Amino acid sequence: MLPVAEEIGSEALLRMFTTFPKTKTYFSHLDISARSEHLRCHGKKIVEALAEGARNISTLTTTLAPLSRFHAYQLRIHPTNFKLFNHCIIVTLACHMGDNFTPVAHAAIDKFLSAFSAVLAEKFR
Amino acid sequence: MVEWTAEERAAIQGVFNKLDYESVGRESLTRCLVVYPWTRRYFGGFGNLFNAEAIMANPKVAAHGIVVLQGLEKALKNMDDIKNTYASLSEFHSVKLQVDPVNFQLLSDCLTVVIATRLRTEFTPDVQAAWQKFLAVVVSALSRQYH
Repeated sequence: MLPVAEEIGSEALLRMFTTFPKTKTYFSHLDISARSEHLRCHGKKIVEALAEGARNISTLTTTLAPLSRFHAYQLRIHPTNFKLFNHCIIVTLACHMGDNFTPVAHAAIDKFLSAFSAVLAEKFR
Repeated sequence: MVEWTAEERAAIQGVFNKLDYESVGRESLTRCLVVYPWTRRYFGGFGNLFNAEAIMANPKVAAHGIVVLQGLEKALKNMDDIKNTYASLSEFHSVKLQVDPVNFQLLSDCLTVVIATRLRTEFTPDVQAAWQKFLAVVVSALSRQYH
């Protein structure tokens, strides 16, 4: 998945900004228009972090500790937004993979993204 | 009242034009029962829902998928007054079926994912946004008659 990290990540972000405009409020410091450099770069960063989590799936809390602190103390994104982004990642994968994105694959990815988001939100209070 | 732009109406109608109710209905309900297993609590009379394979082959799931999409079609045909169109359906879901409204969002998300797998690149971010706005209105209308 890594070579297409930029494509998947930026598309998921664009879908989220288009469907849930309030999520744009966290990105006033970036140019998040379609195909912008910032959008591609940021999308790639997120997917690479997800891949890193998947490679260390049994130790998510330890692996994601720095990211978790960053989201809690610096970014302070309301955790409901993680669900919105997760949904858009899944829609992006569905568009790219078609029928290959089976119900079982969908369940596994949804479970993984939920666990990942839970760790990111862990240190909020 | 909900305002719809011409583009939104066209996008939503465009999605419906491409929907095979039988296939999309079955798969959406299947995904809901597989991805969110706790939703199986509402389908006690459906027989074997113990694993993904059983759910995917279950004829009652397939039949019910069509019922759901036919219900959605009512909303499409009455887009300017979904709230009242769904008043009795909402009461039915709350009083008779006793479904926690939080689950409407789950099925709605699964339906969106199935449509994405079918429409692929045609399911652009703008089409997705219009489609999800439509489903959000439907979910809200379905949740209204809970007391």
